[in-house]
Amino acid sequence: MIELKQLTKQYGKPGRLTTALSGLDLSIQKGEIFGVIGHSGAGKSTLIRCMNLLERPTSGEVWVNGINLTALGKKQLQNERRKIGMIFQHFNLLSSATVFDNIAFPLRLCNTPKSKVEQKVGELLALVGLEEHRHKYPAQLSGGQKQRVGIARALASDPEVLLCDEATSALDPQTTDSILKLLLDINRRFNLTIVLITHEMHVIQSICDRVAVIHQGGIVEEGPVTEVFLKPRHEVTRDFIRNDQLSDGDPFTTLSGQPNERTVKITFLGAKTYESTLSDVVRETGVTFAILQGTISKIKETPYGQLIVRFEGSPESVNQTVVQLQKQGLDVEVSS
Amino acid sequence: MFGLDFSMVDWQEVYTATMDTLRMLFASSLFAVLIGLPIGVMLYMCARSTSVWIRACYTVLSFVVNILRSVPFIILIVALIPVTRAIVGQSYGVLGTIPPLVIGAAPFFARLVETALNEVDKGVIEAAHAMGSSTRQVVWRVLLPEARPGLVAAITITVVTLVSYTAMSGLVGGGGLGDLAIKYGYNRYETEVMIVAVVLMVVLVQLLQMAGDRVVRHFTRK
Repeated sequence: MIELKQLTKQYGKPGRLTTALSGLDLSIQKGEIFGVIGHSGAGKSTLIRCMNLLERPTSGEVWVNGINLTALGKKQLQNERRKIGMIFQHFNLLSSATVFDNIAFPLRLCNTPKSKVEQKVGELLALVGLEEHRHKYPAQLSGGQKQRVGIARALASDPEVLLCDEATSALDPQTTDSILKLLLDINRRFNLTIVLITHEMHVIQSICDRVAVIHQGGIVEEGPVTEVFLKPRHEVTRDFIRNDQLSDGDPFTTLSGQPNERTVKITFLGAKTYESTLSDVVRETGVTFAILQGTISKIKETPYGQLIVRFEGSPESVNQTVVQLQKQGLDVEVSS
Repeated sequence: MFGLDFSMVDWQEVYTATMDTLRMLFASSLFAVLIGLPIGVMLYMCARSTSVWIRACYTVLSFVVNILRSVPFIILIVALIPVTRAIVGQSYGVLGTIPPLVIGAAPFFARLVETALNEVDKGVIEAAHAMGSSTRQVVWRVLLPEARPGLVAAITITVVTLVSYTAMSGLVGGGGLGDLAIKYGYNRYETEVMIVAVVLMVVLVQLLQMAGDRVVRHFTRK
C-alpha cells in the first residue's frame, strides 16, 4: 500500500546539512496497522510527513497505492492527497468553523453537493459519537473530542490510508485508549490502512500489527509487534520496552546464580500463555522454581507472558526442564 | 463657563464638516481595505514561498510598502497631486483627498493583514494541504476565515488612523472636522469651534473602536 524507496531528507543549507532520514526503505501492507516508534528527533515525524509529501524528500520515492507521489505535478498531488487522511497531535481543526463544518471541509474542497455533505457528515458524526456536538466550535470540546473530529474529517473523503502523526500524544491515558479503540474499529470496519508514529510503546502494543523502530534517521528493527516486543534485538527497542514496563534492573542479566541454580527467561505466546505447561514440567522433573519477574498481558489481541524464573535442582534435572519446556513450544533463554 | 460661548458656533458648518469627514473616511477605508488586503495576503504568501524568485518579489514588495509607510502623510498629499488629478480629475476638495488617503493607508493596512495572517496556526494550514487543498482554497477557506478577528481589528486600527489623516486634508481644501478645528479654532482663535470639532472626532473614534471590538468578539472562537 505504501512503499518508501531510499528515502532521504536533509534540512538546511549545503555545508550545514542535518540529515533527518537517510536512505530509508519501508513497505506497508494494505489493511494493516503499522506503527513507527522512535525517540523525539529520530526522524519519525519527518517520515510520516513524507508519506503525503507535506515534506518533500531530498531524494528517494514515495509510492502510495501504486502511484509514485514524488513524480506527480501539483494538481495531481492534490488529488492523491484527498485519498490519504491525516490526523495530528494538536488536532489542527479550524477554530473558526463548527464541528460540522470542520468535518465537511474535505468534502467541500471537491464541491460535493450539499445534500451529500449533510448525509456523509451525519454518518461520520455517528461513527465518532459526536452527534450532539455538531454545532459546537473546537474550543468548546475536550482533547479527545477534538481528535474524534480530526478522525471524522480525515475519513470524510473515504481515504485508503490514514496517517496518524502522534495522534494520542497530547491526550491523557484514558482518552488515548478510547481513541486507539476507535482507530482499531475503523481499521476493521473499512479495511483502512493505518500508519501511526508514536513514542509510546503502549500505543504500538495496543493496536499495531507490525512495528518499525526508527533511530537516527534509519530503521533499526522491523517486524510483527509480538516478535519485536518479546525479542527485541536493538538497544533502542529494548529501551522502549524497559521504559514501558517501568522495571528497575533486569534480574535476568543482573543476578548471579549459585551452582545449583539457573535463571531462565520463558516466553509464552498465544493460547499457551494460559496453559499450565510450567507446573506440569516441573512436577515431572522435580525442579523447584521462584518467579523473579513476570508479565502476562496482551499485544493487540494476542496474549503473551514473559517470566524470569530461577530453577533449583540438580544440573541434569534443570537441563531436562529446559528441554521439556522447549518441546512444549515455549521460548526459553538460559542466563549464562 | 471658562468664558466660552458656544452660541457663536455655526452648527451648519459643523454638520457639513462632519459629513465631509465621514465621506472621506468611508471611501478611503473601503479602498484601503480592498487594495491592502490582497497586498497583505501576497506579502504573507511570498514570504513563505520556497522559490527564490518569489522571495525576491517579497523583498521588493516589502520595500515599496516600507517606503510608502515612511513618507509623512502631509508630504504624500502634495507629492501625489499629479496622481490624484489623473485618478479623480481634481486634486482638491473631498474627492481630491481620497487617493492620497488610500495610498497612505493601504500599505499600513497590508502590514497589519500580514501580521494577522501570521497569527494563524500553521498546523491548520498544513492540515488543509494534507487534505488536498489548492493554494487558492487555503487562502479563502482557511487563512482568511481563521484570521477574521485579527483582520477586523486591523480594519478598526486603519479606520481610526484614517480619522487623523483626514484632519490633514484641509491642506488641499478637503474640509472635514480636522480642517474646521485648524481653520476656525487655531487660526481664528475660535476655541469653541475647535472644542466642538475635537469632541466630535473623539466621539467618532470611540464609536469606531467600540464597534470594531464588538465585531472582533463576535468572531473570536478561542
